[in-house]
Amino acid sequence: MTVNPSGWRPTTPANEQGEAQTVTGNLALMLEEPLIFEMDGGETTGVDFADVRNVATRLGNLERSRPIGLPGLSEPEAVRHYTRLSRQNYAIDLGLFPLGSCTMKHNPRLNEKVARLPGFADVHPLQPQETVQGALEVVNELAFWLLELTGMYGVAMSPKAGAHGELCGLLCIRAALEARGDKREVVLVPESAHGTNPATAAFAGYRVENIPATDAGRVNLAALKSRLAPDVAAVMITNPNTCGLFEPDMKAISDAVHAAGGFVYCDGANFNAIVGKVRPGDLGIDAMHINLHKTFSTPHGGGGPGSGPVVLSEALSPYGPLPFVAKYPDGSYKIVEEETAVDEHPSAFGRMVAFHGQMGMFTRALAYILSHGADGLKQVAEDSVLNANYILRSLEDVLDAPFAKSGPCMHEAIFSDRGFEGGVSTIDLAKALIDEGFHPMTMYFPLVVHGAMLVEPTETESKASLDQFIMAVRSIAQRAKSGDQSLKAAPVHAPRRRLDETLAARKPVLTFREPEAAQAAE
Amino acid sequence: MRYLPLSDADRSEMLRVIGAASVDELFKDVPEEARLQGPIHGLPMHASELAVERHMTALSRKNMVAGDVPFFLGCGAYRHHVPASVDHIIQRGEFLTSYTPYQPEIAQGTLQMMFEFQTQVARLFGCEVANASMYDGSTAMWEAISMAHRITRKSKTIISSGVHPHYVSVARTMAKFTEDELHTALPELTACSDVERLIDGIDGGTSAVVVQYPDILGRIFDLAPIAEAAHAVGALLIAVVTEPVALGAIRSPGEMGADIVVGEGQSIGVGLQFGGPYVGLFACREKHVRQMPGRLAGETIDAESKRGFVLTLSTREQHIRREKATSNICTSSVLCALAFTAHLTLLGEKGLRQLASLNHARACEAADRLSGIPGVSLVNDNFFNEFTLKLPVEARPAVHAMVEKGVLGGVSLGRLYPGGDALKNGVVVAVTETVTDEDITALEAALKEVVR
Repeated sequence: MTVNPSGWRPTTPANEQGEAQTVTGNLALMLEEPLIFEMDGGETTGVDFADVRNVATRLGNLERSRPIGLPGLSEPEAVRHYTRLSRQNYAIDLGLFPLGSCTMKHNPRLNEKVARLPGFADVHPLQPQETVQGALEVVNELAFWLLELTGMYGVAMSPKAGAHGELCGLLCIRAALEARGDKREVVLVPESAHGTNPATAAFAGYRVENIPATDAGRVNLAALKSRLAPDVAAVMITNPNTCGLFEPDMKAISDAVHAAGGFVYCDGANFNAIVGKVRPGDLGIDAMHINLHKTFSTPHGGGGPGSGPVVLSEALSPYGPLPFVAKYPDGSYKIVEEETAVDEHPSAFGRMVAFHGQMGMFTRALAYILSHGADGLKQVAEDSVLNANYILRSLEDVLDAPFAKSGPCMHEAIFSDRGFEGGVSTIDLAKALIDEGFHPMTMYFPLVVHGAMLVEPTETESKASLDQFIMAVRSIAQRAKSGDQSLKAAPVHAPRRRLDETLAARKPVLTFREPEAAQAAE
Repeated sequence: MRYLPLSDADRSEMLRVIGAASVDELFKDVPEEARLQGPIHGLPMHASELAVERHMTALSRKNMVAGDVPFFLGCGAYRHHVPASVDHIIQRGEFLTSYTPYQPEIAQGTLQMMFEFQTQVARLFGCEVANASMYDGSTAMWEAISMAHRITRKSKTIISSGVHPHYVSVARTMAKFTEDELHTALPELTACSDVERLIDGIDGGTSAVVVQYPDILGRIFDLAPIAEAAHAVGALLIAVVTEPVALGAIRSPGEMGADIVVGEGQSIGVGLQFGGPYVGLFACREKHVRQMPGRLAGETIDAESKRGFVLTLSTREQHIRREKATSNICTSSVLCALAFTAHLTLLGEKGLRQLASLNHARACEAADRLSGIPGVSLVNDNFFNEFTLKLPVEARPAVHAMVEKGVLGGVSLGRLYPGGDALKNGVVVAVTETVTDEDITALEAALKEVVR
């Protein structure tokens, strides 16, 4: 085993295949990086402070008595640490990131710039309202365009991400039902739904029942209708759905649910396919969250922050949460929160977050909408659908595409692992794509397709980029169908080979422990 | 349109490959009556970068910028200096434009950063484990109450009157739907928090006691007696920290027996941003980890035995467990967690302690000067960087009057507790390292005038 000169835990054991090794463990631009806890210089800090005037403390005799155990790095060390870590990540800035239902599109840098304007970034949420009129105007302007784009009646801006928006929508539905004295207990969710849908329904206190899909990958309208009854509070539908297909019966579904006294929640994760083309309000939907970090391209940041405003129908709007921004006839804006709600919004179901929502995402999303304009947003939907269909038709002869026969897809194309031989499966194709320089597609989701591969290229990919991806997938698919066992070893060129997830879950190591402490714990 | 790479020639060629005559054919599943006829109502056509920047800049100028005036607001969001390198780091495209690390072989950067973040948060809070972030402090607090409910199988939670009212409001909202029983109270303008009320309220049906530390009025108190009383009946102590910089100066909640410690990480690395995005911190005991919400990064090895990190214990999470998950959270706040961890790494133990003592010293100085104003009194016996003043007049108009003098002088309790008449003369003043001597002088002068 190579001894690492800095004394941190060895990361580069001898390679049995006899590949070229280095004494540092680095391989040219692929640089190994220890944990900050293994680099600590003790008293090192990367921030200089003025000396503190000597004052008696008033900390209630609760002064810290023990060290915290926080390592410190100087600025050059810190910048290098995070830069080296960053280079172990794949990102949209590097290449195609076709994660289905995640809408990994280019993140315009203008949006980063405007979010950092001091008038947005350096404003406190509890400043007197006369000092934040511009911020409130941003919220109001974005809210206005979201309503225009969706054809809905009201919008709750405060939810922090998609799942939080789902919760907001379901709580509006629950509040509306309770207001009419109607205690319903069940939320129906299609089998193909994103996991947050059933989790949210349970979180909101509902029992979840699945509704089956048809062979054509759509909600089974007959099965849905037969289950509708006075105990059904809501149906959660994703449209376009997670098989990448538009639900053509959406209006009929909504009408049936309404006739049974329930509400229709739409998961807006896939809004990118229809933005500027179809307004959910015209389909009878009562509530839908919009992932600003998908359709409106606020960056994903490795797993958030997101933002999940919820558009609401006229029936649900009175129950939307606090706070929200209201515009007054004199042109001023006000935050309607607990104190004013009594008069202006008495049926609000409550509050979902401290303060007013994800301002930093609102500025980015507004800049995105204004940059694209009416023509650009429509083109976004069209190009995203065009790109997905191009992939579908360019791969359907080498990969099983379960719904391709029934017609075009929307903004994502779905394939299965049918026809793979020798125990090779979806994960092997995905990992081989990593070696070819691509992020894999969404794997094994939705659950209704065997070994599902859900590919969402987005509209910000050029034809050349798609062609290269298609070439790579075709080659790997052919190897998979011939049972090529070498795929099971992929990736071989990434910063790490396949990681042992079973070990991680069986013996969880979730924080760094000093080597002695870690040994003692064994 | 500058963000769309396809040319018309590309589009025609691709339609030919697809076998469609037009892009409309690709939308054939959308019923005719569901299609929007014509453009989006009122939205102008696409705009240049210059034009959009101009519009957004004009909007931004309608706000009073905290950094431009003497600034003393806190109550859950604090203005600290963030080193320039932090923003540089979070703008690295490999962090900014990556997704949740589902493919660990090409996401070690995010995963290692999460693992480091988890360790820092756990140590700062005095806990054994921490997760990779929640949306914010208020949602983290509700998740902690739910988690305690799952662990204890009891549903009564006693919330201290010193917890941020927005956080309480979020919990009350959720509790209406889950039928959790919450016991809350309004704070009083006194030096002591409601430790006795909490201890007296604990009984065999209690799932958890929730305290904020330092509390909404800036008060600090020993959590050990509350922890002891809670543990005696099998209840848990949940501590909420809205100003983690304080923990550079005062004992951690974990040290004093808190079982779950949650917080708002905004004050380290993230900035004010009018309330979001922020980053929720969540830490607990190792034995409770399987009841925890949110993402967790864990250490493992790869096929060549090299150390690496993966998302782990996913069987708690919605994408595996669906309706049986511990929470519905999916996207959380990883980029803000990166800002937090990078800032804390730059500070280190030494820097955090320096920062904390600088904050405390500034706050002590401001408290002395402001409480010297005739009619104004200091409510707190102790505090970290935030304290409450009782004015001889209603505080809310006083705060507005100070705006007229170009001073953002604090958060009036009237804003936070509408209808709480006993609180209406209170104003909470936060004093961080960004406050100068001149700022304190300006606040002193403004306050003197408005209370006259």
